[in-house]
Amino acid sequence: MKPTRPQLQANSAGAVALEAIDPPGKLFARRTLQRRTSLIQLSFTAPAIVFMAAMFGYPLYYNLSMSFTDFRVGSFLTGVAPFVGFRNYTDLFADSLFVGSLTKTAIFTAFSIAGQMGIGLSLALFFWRPFPASKTLRALLLAPWLLPLVVSATVWRWIYEQDSGVLNYVLVQSDLIADKVPWLTSPPHALAAVIITNIWIGIPFSAAVFYSGLQALPRELFEAAEIDGARAFQRFWHITLPLLKPLTAIVFMLSVTYTVKVFDLIFVLTGGGPAYATQTLAIYAYELSFRHLDFGHGAAAGNILILISLVFAVFYLRSFRKSMTEYA
Amino acid sequence: MAAQASSIQVSRMTAGLVFIGLMLFPLYWMLNASLLPQQILVRSAPTWFPTSPIWDGFRTAFELQTGHVAVSCMIAGLTAIFSLIVATPCAYALVIFRMRWATGFVAILLLVQMIPHVVMANALYVIYAKVGLLNSYFGLVLADSTMGIPFAILILRAYMLSLPRTLTEAALIDGTGYWGAFFRIILPLSRNGLITAGLFCFLFAWSDFIFALTMFTTQKTVPITLGIYQFIGIHRTEWTTIMATAVMASVPPIILLLFAQNYITAGLTGGALKE
Repeated sequence: MKPTRPQLQANSAGAVALEAIDPPGKLFARRTLQRRTSLIQLSFTAPAIVFMAAMFGYPLYYNLSMSFTDFRVGSFLTGVAPFVGFRNYTDLFADSLFVGSLTKTAIFTAFSIAGQMGIGLSLALFFWRPFPASKTLRALLLAPWLLPLVVSATVWRWIYEQDSGVLNYVLVQSDLIADKVPWLTSPPHALAAVIITNIWIGIPFSAAVFYSGLQALPRELFEAAEIDGARAFQRFWHITLPLLKPLTAIVFMLSVTYTVKVFDLIFVLTGGGPAYATQTLAIYAYELSFRHLDFGHGAAAGNILILISLVFAVFYLRSFRKSMTEYA
Repeated sequence: MAAQASSIQVSRMTAGLVFIGLMLFPLYWMLNASLLPQQILVRSAPTWFPTSPIWDGFRTAFELQTGHVAVSCMIAGLTAIFSLIVATPCAYALVIFRMRWATGFVAILLLVQMIPHVVMANALYVIYAKVGLLNSYFGLVLADSTMGIPFAILILRAYMLSLPRTLTEAALIDGTGYWGAFFRIILPLSRNGLITAGLFCFLFAWSDFIFALTMFTTQKTVPITLGIYQFIGIHRTEWTTIMATAVMASVPPIILLLFAQNYITAGLTGGALKE
């Protein structure tokens, strides 16, 4: 627990320093002290503040201003990028590829999150009561989440291989499909393939967060319910789920912001193809900037992506704020 | 009764093993393919075990990718060090001083982690082109630190909040000043927090793909993630070597998972949630 201020001020030696932390304005040398303290504060925070301004503030500002200009490859040489107002944005909404990328982002995100959260929660419940080796197994489960996405995507390319891939082999052998599926080269299958891989990557995170949430639930509640004769499903439905609701909301919003920005995975698995079937907004923005060297439109598409994340992020922040005020 | 309970335990353990086995199957499949010759891999029926493993894949991968692995190690290591140097004092300041902007700053740190990397890459590419940081390892370390620094500040802040405030106050009374208290008291006590934050900064940079992809336009030795991607681009179906390279790129995360498990689980939820 934090000591309260009066106690601290009673200590004569510490009083000067503490006065400096939070000056109520009684000391004679208040101004100088205040300045000195803010200098000390600055010496701690300046590197981080400078970094944040230079590596986030400036790039974001730059991206915004770039999105209102016709910034193409020539702009690098001439330094000239004519101002075009909102034209880049109106161009985007007139582009069927952009609208298509929004749809794909929505499908990709919705299915990924449903899968990750559903399986993650089930796993967390499964591991809730410990059993032999459960701790080791839980740790091993994190592996897919820790691997570089490029590695995961490469491995799944091998699994999805049409003729010699293991997935087709197993599906055909177990009579689930008659013919081998071209997972990464037929549009509907490719979208399913990137979603399946993304679910695989996301399960560990949501399982771990749900698991830590379950640990925090009061056990007595469940014991009481058990004594009262509540069945396992009833306990889950009437106690566990309502108690997990705030956590579920946080996992949901975090997952959305993580999923809409997925790039590496799709880029390595399918490159956004075939026939734009897996071209999400992140891939679309990349293509504009780095393949067509049209940085103005790329910046505009990127800003729309930020806007989408921001909507969910604000909800996340509001729920986080509650827990933060408990803290500080 | 006891026998029944233990049989339930055993069946739960079996179910757990089966599920984890399924989840980890892709990793096994990567290792398996890296040890099998190409002509076996292209058969339509898979070979489940590398009964007579061959090392050609790893030999080629080592020849081609050792430089990339070295670059990745360097970039990731420097990113971790740089991120900690910038983040740790700031985290301490957020805990110990009552600054009006602190809450807002923490909110910003949370928000910037949600910015899509493709957007950052877009802006940084243009800015780097201007200031001459393209194709520079230093530029890549800076870019990779955008993933590490906000995360590290939040993790370390949460960690330092758990240390009693009186420690700093006692040190101040002893006349160490804030920096003295920070170096002599807080840093040694924050060892676990520092390890967690550093490991994650390392892993973020190790896994980075998009910054390396967009910022390296010449033949300079690129990080391993980009190395794999370039290799698949040319040798689409040389699965033995591709998988051997993938194994090489997975070594650091797997080692960390096996030997620094507790730090990893602490960081996994700590950055996003109050623990």
